[in-house]
This record gives sequence, structure tokens and C-alpha cells, in this order.
Amino acid sequence: MAKMTMREAVSQALWEEMERDERVFIQGEEVGVWGGTYAVTKGFYDHFGAKRVRDTPIAEAAIVGSAIGAALTGLRPVAELMTINFAFVAMDHIVNEAAKLHYMFAGQFKLPLVIRAVSGGGRQLAATHSQTPDAIFAHFPGLKVVSPGTPADAKGLLKSAIRSDDPVLFIENATLYQTRGEVPEGEDVLEELGKSKVQREGDDVTIVAYSKMVQAALDAADRLSEDGIEAEVVDIRSLRPLDMGPVIKSFKRTNRAVVAEEGWRSYGVGSEVAARIYEMAFDFVDAPVKRVAQAEVPLPYNADLEQLALPQTEDIYHAAKEIIYG
Amino acid sequence: MAELVTMPKLGFDMAEGTLVRWVKAEGDSVQKGDVIAEIETDKATVEVETSHAGVMYRHLVEEDTTLPVNAPIAVIAEEGEEPSQDEIDSLVSEAGGEPSKKEEKPEQEPEEKAPKAQETEGKTREAPTETEEKAAETGKEPGISPAGGVRSSPLARRMAEDKEIDLEEVEGSGPQGRIVKKDIQAYLESMKAKGREEEAEAVGEALQPLTAFTVGEVPEDEIVKMSRLRQAIGRRMQDSNQNFPHFYLTREYDTGALMSLRKDLNQLLPEEQKLSVNDFVVKAVALALRQYPNLNASIEDKAHIRRHGSVNIGVAVAVEGGLLTVVVKDADQKPVRLIAREVREMAQRARDGKVRNEDIQGSTFSISNLGMYGIDNFAAIINPPEAGILAISAVQKMPVVVGDELRIGSRMKATISADHRVTDGAEAAEFMKVLANYLEEPMRLLL
Repeated sequence: MAKMTMREAVSQALWEEMERDERVFIQGEEVGVWGGTYAVTKGFYDHFGAKRVRDTPIAEAAIVGSAIGAALTGLRPVAELMTINFAFVAMDHIVNEAAKLHYMFAGQFKLPLVIRAVSGGGRQLAATHSQTPDAIFAHFPGLKVVSPGTPADAKGLLKSAIRSDDPVLFIENATLYQTRGEVPEGEDVLEELGKSKVQREGDDVTIVAYSKMVQAALDAADRLSEDGIEAEVVDIRSLRPLDMGPVIKSFKRTNRAVVAEEGWRSYGVGSEVAARIYEMAFDFVDAPVKRVAQAEVPLPYNADLEQLALPQTEDIYHAAKEIIYG
Repeated sequence: MAELVTMPKLGFDMAEGTLVRWVKAEGDSVQKGDVIAEIETDKATVEVETSHAGVMYRHLVEEDTTLPVNAPIAVIAEEGEEPSQDEIDSLVSEAGGEPSKKEEKPEQEPEEKAPKAQETEGKTREAPTETEEKAAETGKEPGISPAGGVRSSPLARRMAEDKEIDLEEVEGSGPQGRIVKKDIQAYLESMKAKGREEEAEAVGEALQPLTAFTVGEVPEDEIVKMSRLRQAIGRRMQDSNQNFPHFYLTREYDTGALMSLRKDLNQLLPEEQKLSVNDFVVKAVALALRQYPNLNASIEDKAHIRRHGSVNIGVAVAVEGGLLTVVVKDADQKPVRLIAREVREMAQRARDGKVRNEDIQGSTFSISNLGMYGIDNFAAIINPPEAGILAISAVQKMPVVVGDELRIGSRMKATISADHRVTDGAEAAEFMKVLANYLEEPMRLLL
């Protein structure tokens, strides 16, 4: 085990997969000479060369569209979007091509494409550059949507995404790049796509989270523990496919759940998880499932207002307390 | 025009009743015939229906209040009408009651609720729609209660079903008194403490090897409150057995023909309409009583006996914590099938605690049947003011002498308990003999 940041973990995953398979290449804005907006691909250009680390114009439709074309011909592109907010410009390619070509051509083509995109707010980038629209992309069958909460998962899941023959939207929360964690060594240590993972065990309440909210959930669980409440934290890691197994297993024991996400609450991940809990474990429901999410406003630029609008550890803590009934 | 609802008189000897539950909350609209409350009398829990339509405007008494008959319990107003306190007071005093003490309540409630609403409102950053949702979650709209009447979580309901717990008996600790898992667990704990579970497990304990036998923990004595029904049964039976001179006559009836007829008839009837032996007995007793009006009677005063025009047969039904007598009116005139249906329906209502007032009133002679328990013979205590009760025992196959031969026959014993102030041994014996004509030639019961 080595301790590293999520930035290093993502970088390592890309590096190892490019070393392992020469069909893997990267393209995006500033990924080459500059070394990546978030310095994830620092040193790649010098090592792998301009052919495999391709700087593109500021044209997300072209970045995704050409990557889809490359994938259809048998290459394994990793297209990087500087922020997921720019994915809206490439929406037709993502939704109508990436998610559907394998199906529309009756399986004659595979689409081994990864789109890396940076999501999340909290860095004063204002309303249009701070969104967490992850749930939108999870709406479309045919597209896998993965978002890790720890460095180890970032590395293991990204490697699996690159090796997958299906298109994967790999969402990285910008504020997590500096977080550190243990990452198992070994080029072939993978994390299977579409599997939820219990990050902390407990019998009193189930907290379901992903990405940045996993750490917030773990912190909330520590606070709850001081009150004598043991929370189980389930990291779903993949929004599509969504693995409810560990969630339901946990819920049948705790009978109450909080779902935390950074995006908005309406039509969100929490709504989906809550609905599935009610469908799959109705007879085990002892309290309403609580959703913790972003305030329903465009995210403010003002730093204090921004933090007020984003879901925090204390929101998860209070939501859990609200359904424990003392 | 607002109308007053009063404590109904649900039996000739009912002096007071306890309002155990409001079914209609204040503000609920009510239709004629709607059940608005449940009242516990000496005999049963009965539903109170309203004869007025409109809105349940005011509860004048809290749940679990015991009140004399005719005391005002509620005000029903017309839709949109808002009677003033003075109007309500005058209605109440017209009915001979005290003015309502609950006049401050409407002002109190909003104050109580206000701080709670603020507490749960959440952060200011939440959008207005969420505030509405919270209001829905904390359920501040009055008068909305969930299906089934008790607020409980799905888990709590399932646990209650598994453990056969009546949710009405469980106190809820969740929002608005919602019953949640831990309330069921607490309830089970308290039941365990009361030793009921130990009883259930006693069989298992008895199997321990004798060498290891020690006297285990013995449950402590338990003081159990008598239900009003239990108290009423005690009073009436003690009064009857101590004060009225009973005598008893037993006769054995040949039930071979009856059993065979019943078998034939039941083959023609669907499962839920099958006739019981008791249904035939009711009919037979009613026809015999028609010939012996002196046994279908009650003491009117020291010098008079009232011979009833109707033959109304009371049938004792075991209910939880006691027994009730449901009444088949004019049983001498009704076909056995109708008797069967009435008894079945009334008995079910009695067992469900939903008995209607008319189900248990007006009997002139009673039957108590313990045949289904295999009882060989017994004597019952007269249910005053009736003059007699017939105790029916089990129909049994047994060796009988026919001519000079020993055969297998079908027999049933019946014992009449009669009031010696009204009748004598000879008359009661004749009645028992006439009864034999009907029971032993059961075709007569079908005519």
C-alpha cells in the first residue's frame, strides 16, 4: 500500500494503462504540453508523445465526437473534459452516439471510450462552472457513470473503465484531487465497475453516498458515533449501473437511511436510491428516507453563500438524527 | 343549526358509558350514519353513529371519559356554520349538561404547534417547496390520519403482524405518535416482563433432564384489571345465582335423525352457510317455548309474570374476557337457514368487539352450548330477567339399547335451569319432552 493523493492515483491509472495497451490515448484541452488543467497528465506528453497525448481546440463536441470515432475503429480513447459543465456542449455525442451506437448497430461495434470529467462546486467558480449534474448522465441506458470517493477507488475504477468495452463517463470531483489515501500497489489491482462498497459498518442508520459525499458521510458517522449512533456508510461508486445490493442489505438491518449527494435534490441520486429502497425493502422501512443535497439554487459565487448552499457533514448528521427519533 | 350528540343508552340497564375513541376528529365532515366514536359499555365496545350530517365541530369530552347516559359528548355543525361558545353552552344546558370546558382549546393549539414548526423548518437556504414538504412530513394539517387509524411505519406494521400485536395497544414515539420499530420492541419487552412469554416457553423448560431440575424463576402474581364486561357478568351472575331459586332437569336426546338430516342439508349448502347442531336447537327450543309460554317469561313484579309475545332466543357466545348473548328474534318463525346466518354474523361481530346494540337485546330465553368443547353435561345460570336457560352438551356416539339389541346411537344431553318463582318441575319436564319431539323428529323443524 502506498499513500497518495487522488490526483496521483488517477494519473497512475492512466500511465499504467497507456504503458500496458498502446491503443489507449488521451485527448482534451491542455492535457499535453501544459500537463492538464489539474496536472493529472503532467509528464505524459514527454513520455508518450504528441500522438498519444493530444491537445485539442476548445471544442468539447469535437473532443467527444472524434473520440467516439476513434473508439469505433478499435482504439481506446480517454477524452478529458475540463469540467462536466462543458459536457452539455457535447451532449448529442454523449447521449445519441456514445450511449447508443453499440445498440443501434446491433452489437457490431464496441465503444471502449472513457470520458473523464471534473464535477462539483466549492471553489468559487460560480453558477455555470460549479455544477454536479451527474444524475443527468445516469439517466441514459447504454452509458456507464462512475464517480469514485477515494484514491484507491479512483485508480481501480479508472483502470477498469479503460479496459471496459463500454462507454464510461468517469466523474472526478475537483475538491478531491488533494485528498490522500492508501492505494494498493500492482498494475492489475482493479475495482469492478457497478459495485457498491461498504466504507464503514454500523447498525443504526445507513448513509448512502458517493464521490465527495463519502468523506462527509464518514465524518458525519464519527459525530453520530459520539452520540451512540453507529452509521453504516455505503459508497455506491457507480450511478449506472446502480448496485443496490449492499444498500438493501444494510437497510434491512438499520431500517433507516440518509442519501447524500452534492447535486440537486429534485430528480437526483437520492431520489433514485430512496425509491428503490421503498420498492425493494418496503416492509423494513421504519422512517422516511432522508435526502441530503445541494440547495435548489444556481450555486452562488460568494464563498460563504456557496458553502451554505452545498451539502455539508452537519447536514448528514442532522438528517440522520431526524430519523432516529432520539 | 348545530346539533348535540349525547351518550346513547345502549341497553335497558346501561347507566353510563366510557368514550374510548373518537373516530371523527374535530373538523372532519360527517354523513348521516357515520361512526363518530366508540363507546365501551358493560357489555361491549359499540360504535356510535350520528343521525346528523355536517362537520364534527367540537368534542365536548376527551377520550377515556366515563359519562352518564344522555350526557352531551359532541357538537355537529352544518357545513360552514361556526356556532359560538354561547350557542354551544345553551345547547348543552338545554340537554341538562354543564357548559363545555374545552372552550380555550382552539386558541391553545396554534401556540403549541408554532415552535415545533420552526424547529423542523430547516435552514433558510432551502427552497420554499421544501418547506411545504416538511410541513407535509410533520403533518400539521389537522384531521388527516392514516389508513387503519394508527400511524405506524411499514416495519412496525410487519413486526406487529408477525408477533400478533394489536397496534392500538402500542404507544408510538415517532413524529405524531408514529409507531416505529423500537416501540414494538419496547412493547414486546414489557409483555415479556409480564411473564406471558415465559408461559409460552414453559413446555420447553419441562423437557430438561430431572437431574438438573431446580425450581426456576416463578412469575410473580399479576393483578389484572377486570374489563367492564367481566365486572358486569360477575354482578349479574352472582345476583341471579344467589337470589333466584334455580332448579335443574337433564334429559338425553336421540340425535341420530338430526345428525343425518343435517348431513344431507349441508351437502346442499356452500361451506359458509353450513348449519350447526345449535342452529337446529335454537329452532326447536323456540317452537317448544311457543307451546310453553310460561317458560318464555320474566318476573314483572312480586305479583305478576310477563309472558313475552315474541320468542327471542339468546345464544351465548364466548368473547375475549367474557361472554355475550346474541339474540335471534322471533326464532320460532324463522327458517333454520336464516337462524344460522344471523347467529353466525352476530357471533362474529361479538368476537370482533363490533357488536351492535340490537344484537344483544331483547332475549326471552337463552341457550348455552358447550358441545364443541366435548362437554358431557352441565348446568347454566339463568340470565335475568329470563325464566330459564338451556345448557346443550356434545353430540356423542354411544352404545344404546334398541329393542333388546345393543347398537351405536347418537345422543346429546341438555339441562334446563329454570326459575322456580315462575315455573315448576313438571312444567319444565314437559317442555323438555316436547323438545324431544322436535329434536328427534327434526323434519318438523323444516316445516
